[in-house]
Amino acid sequence: MLTLQDVTLTFPDGQSRHTAVNDVSLTAEPGTVTGITGASGSGKSSLLAVAATLITPDSGSVRIGDVETTDLSPSQTATLRRERIGIVFQQANLLPSLTALDQLLAVGELGPGSAPRGERRTRAAQLLDQVGLERAHRARPHELSGGQRQRVNIARAMMNDPEVMIVDEPTSALDHARGQEIIGLICSLTEALGTATLLVTHDLDFLPRFDQVFTMADGGLSPGTAAPPLR
Amino acid sequence: MFVAWRDMLFAKGRFTLITSVVVLITLLVGFLTGLTGGLANENISAVQGLNADKIALANVAESTSEKDPTFSDSQITREQAKAWSQAEGVEESTAIGISQSRGETDGHSAALAVFGGTADSPSQDEEVVISQTVADDLKLGSGDTMTIAGEDFTVTDVISERSYAHTGVVYTTLTDWQELQQRMGDPDSYATAIAIKGDPADATSIDAEQGTVTANSLTALLSIDSFRSEVSSLLAMVAMLFAISGLVIGAFFTVWTIQRKADIAVLKALGASNGRLRADALGQALVILLLGVGLGIALTAGLGALAGAALPFVIAWYTTALPAVILVILGLVGAGSALRSITTADPLTALGSAR
Repeated sequence: MLTLQDVTLTFPDGQSRHTAVNDVSLTAEPGTVTGITGASGSGKSSLLAVAATLITPDSGSVRIGDVETTDLSPSQTATLRRERIGIVFQQANLLPSLTALDQLLAVGELGPGSAPRGERRTRAAQLLDQVGLERAHRARPHELSGGQRQRVNIARAMMNDPEVMIVDEPTSALDHARGQEIIGLICSLTEALGTATLLVTHDLDFLPRFDQVFTMADGGLSPGTAAPPLR
Repeated sequence: MFVAWRDMLFAKGRFTLITSVVVLITLLVGFLTGLTGGLANENISAVQGLNADKIALANVAESTSEKDPTFSDSQITREQAKAWSQAEGVEESTAIGISQSRGETDGHSAALAVFGGTADSPSQDEEVVISQTVADDLKLGSGDTMTIAGEDFTVTDVISERSYAHTGVVYTTLTDWQELQQRMGDPDSYATAIAIKGDPADATSIDAEQGTVTANSLTALLSIDSFRSEVSSLLAMVAMLFAISGLVIGAFFTVWTIQRKADIAVLKALGASNGRLRADALGQALVILLLGVGLGIALTAGLGALAGAALPFVIAWYTTALPAVILVILGLVGAGSALRSITTADPLTALGSAR
């Protein structure tokens, strides 16, 4: 479970400070998808960065399960991300030298304490099959389509069986049909693997598929969606 | 090393290029050190053959502009030799005469060094023991006669290669050496150096009293003018090559790391620790260095063996293994300079579309 309580994040802005996230609270339950939408510059990415422990907020609490992450050192948050958080990037961010299978196996090589290599290989292959890439295990990023790369990106986020999945605009580089497929995949994996998924998107068409939806505006978070379309 | 290995296999061109540069630098360092060793041997092997623990030379600092004593300026007196032979802790001291001259036989002539009074010298006057170079240059063998400074000597033995200041060596008795000095216009010469075995109790005091300068046998080699000038310039070149190799490796890995900073940010966002990423980067550098330096040293040994017949070239641990280890260490130091780019890669940049 992911719990944000009264989170505020500011950035230096000349002589003053810009409030990117303003007193935000939310809870993402296991097995559910929480959608965040909002205009560009509303603070969505900053909120994701805080939830992914990539940045420490000025105040408030960020908990992954029973762990308060705002008190952790950078190396402790790295371990937490490795073991308990999966991140699906907006761009697939695949490493050019690795095959699809290796992209997933690399996650297990980022630090100590992961499962034996044989087990990891089996899990990586199963995840790639699960996201529909049965025939692309040995393909490198340049040999994959945009949708396939995004599927590898999703499978990689699931590799260490995370409690929390952070998803940053996964359909921004895809056409609508492929976007629907990817959102469907994320929702089904979330349910099947029991992750608490926090997903940012601009596309209002996807919002009905999420378990709860919030809208961000000027750093603040409110339940439900705003209309008209935000892009 | 999971990602590091795959990076190397994927970017074969780049890693082959940098490995080739390391091979060529190693080859250059190997050839220079081998050549330095060979030239050094031609300068010092006869002095090393004295098998002395220490060597005393006359302190000429007050009488000449030279700061340090040299074999060419040193003149040891009978009194100095006697004082050293009686010094506490000295097991054996031998007055050695060293000079340069020309040797002649029928139809042949060659520059040579004359060493008088050494352990390799003949027991009788008017006899000489010659090194292989002299035997080859003057077409001499045991029982033949040769002339030095107008005086005839009988060759009693030919010994393995010994050189001094790039010339072959002829060993005479100290008496014959002194006579040769007289013929060459230096009637007062008693000896050039004192070869000392043992550990003199108070070498500094004896040096001060007797006007000598004593050094261990290795340091004393620097008192050979040609050795000092050759070795210092060649070693300066080797040192510069070491520095260049470290800089080249450092520059390559700095550029390489900057190019993949976005990938590093992704790995950090996924949970990679700085320590793991640093170890991977250094592992890559180590693989390249071991491969490049290994190939370079193998080529040096092979080509050196071929060139050995025409050039003074030494293949030994100090011309192969030692520079190899130094190259690997300096290469790793160079690669280490690129690690800052890993530490400063911000995982936050992996989010968003600005990649």
